[in-house]
Amino acid sequence: MLEELWRVFTFQDYNTRVVMAGTGLLGLAAGVIGVFLVLRKRALLSDAVSHATLPGVILAFWASIALGMTGRSLPVLLSGAALTGLLGMVTVVALRRWSPIKDDAALAIVLSVFFGAGIALFGMVQQIEGVHAAGLTDFIYGKTASMLISDTVIIGIAALGVCGIAIALFKEFRLLCFDEAFAAVQGWPTLRLDLLLMGLIVLVTVIGLQAVGLILIVALLIIPPVTARLWTHRLAPMAALSGMFGMLGAGTGSAVSALFERLPSGALIVLSASAFFFVSLMLGTEGGLLPRLWRRARLRRRIRRQHLLRRAWELREQTGKRTFSARGLVARHAWHPVVAALELRSARRAGLVQRIDGGRWEFTPAGESEASRAVRNHRLWELYLITHADVAPSHVDSDADRIEHVLDPDMVAELEELLAREQEDTPPPSPHRLETPTNGGGNGR
Amino acid sequence: MISWSVIDTWIIIVGVLSAVGCALPGAYLLLRRQSMMGDAISHSVLPGIAGAYLIMGNREPLTLFLGAIVIGIVTTVLIRLVKHGGKIEDGAAMGVVFTALFALGLVMIRRAADHVDLDPDCVLYGAIELTFLDTVPFLGMDVPRAALLTGGMLLANVLFLGLLYKELKLSSFDPGLSDALGYSSRFLHHLLMVAIAATMVASFEAVGSILVIAMLIVPPACAYLLCNRLLPMLLVSAGFAAASAVLGHLSAIALPPVLGYEDTSTAGMMALAAGVLFGGVFFLSPKSGVLAQSWRRVRLGAQLLSEEVLGVLYRRQEAPGVSARPVLAPEELRRGAQGRTVEWLAGRRLVRQGYVRPVPGGFELTEPGLHEARRLIRAHRLWETWLVEEMNLRPDHVHGPASRLESVTGEAMEEELARETGAPAMDPHARRIPPAEKH
Repeated sequence: MLEELWRVFTFQDYNTRVVMAGTGLLGLAAGVIGVFLVLRKRALLSDAVSHATLPGVILAFWASIALGMTGRSLPVLLSGAALTGLLGMVTVVALRRWSPIKDDAALAIVLSVFFGAGIALFGMVQQIEGVHAAGLTDFIYGKTASMLISDTVIIGIAALGVCGIAIALFKEFRLLCFDEAFAAVQGWPTLRLDLLLMGLIVLVTVIGLQAVGLILIVALLIIPPVTARLWTHRLAPMAALSGMFGMLGAGTGSAVSALFERLPSGALIVLSASAFFFVSLMLGTEGGLLPRLWRRARLRRRIRRQHLLRRAWELREQTGKRTFSARGLVARHAWHPVVAALELRSARRAGLVQRIDGGRWEFTPAGESEASRAVRNHRLWELYLITHADVAPSHVDSDADRIEHVLDPDMVAELEELLAREQEDTPPPSPHRLETPTNGGGNGR
Repeated sequence: MISWSVIDTWIIIVGVLSAVGCALPGAYLLLRRQSMMGDAISHSVLPGIAGAYLIMGNREPLTLFLGAIVIGIVTTVLIRLVKHGGKIEDGAAMGVVFTALFALGLVMIRRAADHVDLDPDCVLYGAIELTFLDTVPFLGMDVPRAALLTGGMLLANVLFLGLLYKELKLSSFDPGLSDALGYSSRFLHHLLMVAIAATMVASFEAVGSILVIAMLIVPPACAYLLCNRLLPMLLVSAGFAAASAVLGHLSAIALPPVLGYEDTSTAGMMALAAGVLFGGVFFLSPKSGVLAQSWRRVRLGAQLLSEEVLGVLYRRQEAPGVSARPVLAPEELRRGAQGRTVEWLAGRRLVRQGYVRPVPGGFELTEPGLHEARRLIRAHRLWETWLVEEMNLRPDHVHGPASRLESVTGEAMEEELARETGAPAMDPHARRIPPAEKH
């Protein structure tokens, strides 16, 4: 087993080498061009197109038999596939243009009717005497293992062509994806660009039929771009990443299928692409689950810390002492004593507060300025809400609570200017004092 | 010649049952713009079936239904997760989820192939031709198991859609209102997806997933082009589904012999028949069909053209120094027409209404034609006056709008217009406005 693994991953088998090169190039091309497809919100168009290729394959097979050929020539079968694939795409566009049928239904109609026609034709082709038509079903599920060097060369040329066009027309495609109307106004031939893009999609679909089959080729066009989307929001890195994910997914999948010959190779390619997707969905820096949870937890922690400092500050203002007690914090804010104790402990670790004799606490110099800033932000915002947004003083506390944590220095400066406050580093007095002097820092809860 | 047997009857019965059973929930998919969910679930249900089989160790309908229900929920939840995580459109999220699940299902089936008799091909194309081989006694006769299964599923779908008719209608047409009234549109969406997954499982063995996708969407799409209301749409989709199934099987056994083959896949032909029916509706629907649309366009063009002809002839006649009736040459008519049909229709319309008569060298106005032309010109020039006086448009800008307005001006409107403008004798271009005629 290990030996086999070694053989596969060091590309020792000629056959494995051919297959991995072919599927890798296919994954690269599909990943790059798929980015534009997904950004144009037409991901499932590729599904309709790929299903629509089936009747073309069968008709081409039939035609080449009728003309006395073997019916095994890949270019002939693939041109048939491209023909009906394009026809399917045109039908989707026509349904959208000339009937009230919506996009999604147009796709589903084309997909099922064309595929049904393909199955019906296949039922007849199977009955031709002395012809082995069973190989045609490979186009449905794909059969990577039967890939020849000539197939790899075809895929390679097409893939490089697709990538070349995508790079050459990168600017135009970007404009088409993000602001089609602007592109049209600027005088770009948007219709022709769109047709070219869709043509490239058909091309990738068709050359991918043999490798992963028509049901799963759509995965190579969609999964890598969505994976890349989880790592970046910029188009150029996204296209590059997507191509890389496509290549890695396809390469890994065909390597694994070389190890497990009984498993369907197309499915393995898609599964390894999905594995990359799953990892990215967990870890991706733009929308990945864990970074998102982590960012949220970090924000919550910061908010809790700022609340602690602010409340301690307000308590100190109220009592007029330099120190404060944990019990005082708990009593004034209906905090759970354990939560308060934990917060205090973590603030002490961060060097913001320190314990002095008699179970009381005081700010360190760093804590002093942190707390002063937190209070300042809170009160500035409260003042702003009262003076500029006409919110009643008794209502501003919780509103200010929500925004104070995300105020950056620029905004604080602007607020100060707006409110024309002169106090340099000391927080302004709480607006609640004006209303309810006895209640000090004024806490609505 | 086609030979008919009891097998064909059963094939048609099973086909009709499953087609109608799919079309009913499918209509809601179509209305909710979720048509591709049918495709997505039809693919992702594979690991559900395989998983249920591997865990339970049998392929009883109940086992498979359990798998389908689980996978229906898993698919919709996963799609939502991917959509929000990746901040991408529905379609891409569906594409990611269903291809991954389908691939997983293929691998699971192949891994289990030693002790499982499940064939992905069978899921794809079904084996409706073989339904007669597996019968169970029911009400004293041997009924194919598939007929009972699909019939039961149809019944369940009718019950489900009937009991939740109002709720589903509400949440399909106005999810916001539905949520506000307390009928969670998300919950109803999940229910619908589960119903569709279960329908698929019931239909897979019989007809295969391709036919299921076709029957979910294509008959409702036909009905969508023909109906404006939900209940008629449901009934019409059921009708189209049944018709597709019957036509499909008939052509599967009747068409191939024409080309020299025995027969072909009934499921494929049923999908194709649905497509052909849809094509027919697409072209012929009186409401929104392509033919109806272009016929309306042509008729409108002809009406406008014939009015223009009357106007041109009248203006020629009123020119100073013209005593003979002016003649419109056929080339002039052709130049004004957008296409041959419009030209022909306009000419025929004018002659049939008796407004013009053919003379050597073209057409001339008849007496009724002169009256009609005078009426149109009067309306036209009154409108021009009104547009200049009341709307302060410049006199050289009012010809176009007045031409469009003249053809929709009735008698009452004309009187009102004359009253408002003070019934002047001249229009802003200093041309005489023909006086009103007593009818």
